[in-house]
Amino acid sequence: MKRVVFAAVLLLLLSCKKEVKEPAEPENDHIEVVNFSELEKLLQEQEEEVLLVNFWATWCKPCVEEMPYFEEVHDSLAGPDLKVILVSLDFPDKLESQVIPFVRNKGLEPQVILLDDPHENDWIPKVDSTWSGAIPATLFLKEGKRKFFEKSFTRTSLFSEVSKFINP
Amino acid sequence: MKNRNYFALLFAISLTTIFTVFAFTGTDTSLDRFIVSYNIGDKAEDFSLKNIDGKMVSLSDFKQAKGFIVIFTCNTCPYSVANEDRIIELDKKYKPKGFPVIAINPNNPEASPGDSFELMQARAAEKGFTFPYLLDEGQKVYPEYGATKTPHVFVLEKEDKDLIVKYIGAIDDSSRDPGSVTKKYVENAVDALLANQPIEMVSTRAIGCGIKN
Repeated sequence: MKRVVFAAVLLLLLSCKKEVKEPAEPENDHIEVVNFSELEKLLQEQEEEVLLVNFWATWCKPCVEEMPYFEEVHDSLAGPDLKVILVSLDFPDKLESQVIPFVRNKGLEPQVILLDDPHENDWIPKVDSTWSGAIPATLFLKEGKRKFFEKSFTRTSLFSEVSKFINP
Repeated sequence: MKNRNYFALLFAISLTTIFTVFAFTGTDTSLDRFIVSYNIGDKAEDFSLKNIDGKMVSLSDFKQAKGFIVIFTCNTCPYSVANEDRIIELDKKYKPKGFPVIAINPNNPEASPGDSFELMQARAAEKGFTFPYLLDEGQKVYPEYGATKTPHVFVLEKEDKDLIVKYIGAIDDSSRDPGSVTKKYVENAVDALLANQPIEMVSTRAIGCGIKN
């Protein structure tokens, strides 16, 4: 067992290679702005079995730092069974001036949604009862199962948490 | 056996994490710091931190205070900036009533250069802060309080010689936009303490910027 785990983790580490990114799909030039109940509905409607929902903002340095890892998860794992959704908590008046240019410049491919809901004290506990409201924060969802992280990820920690979640 | 496998996995992951951290990045923001985190009713510890005027400030310096509105905040977080005027108003309103604001910048200036001591001085002068604005040098105070973000408010009340945590959370229910505030959580909490009434909402949540280590 130990050997298998070591081998798996080593393999994961050795597969560190950076691929050249294609420019973002044009669909990310339009970013949907939703309130929390619309976001909940949107998450329920997704067909993918596993959803990785990352709460971030362009002004949040650790969020921006971990963004490439979510892109990498999207590149290597997204498909009919798994989807990465990036929920921006930027101020709504910064959508045109900050969020869209950021998404375009980085060539972000996962779906980006802007959550505009001032009633934070109402919706934060609905994302997770333990969330204080600090970002970055990430929610993993899979058929009623959920795991929440109020922290930033390294590449290794994100991949290991994702694989633990998908194959417990 | 199952447990052993689980520990083996954990061990493997921690080893590789540590290895990767040192090998590739040098720092790791994901390693959770040891955070005690106060709950309502807990006794809060005093501290001694450097204020923007260069003097050390402790809560015990305020002999006349009935309590404190301790706010972890900073220069660089848009949510903190959006609340600056509200923080000044809180101090103006409640300092005379015995609950002064004590602002603490919990960010490590090396990780967040915009939150350096010099820039704290500049921001305080620019905005006309009426309250101490302290640097959590070495980042020892915020983990003890359990602050996770900026802004993050802790209302403390003096009971005998102790400081008791009475409220934890947001300033009000509209952190981004002062125009659409309907509930002033901190004001309601301090008003209740002053009137010797129970606080209706003892903890609330709002989005904020994670503290930079």
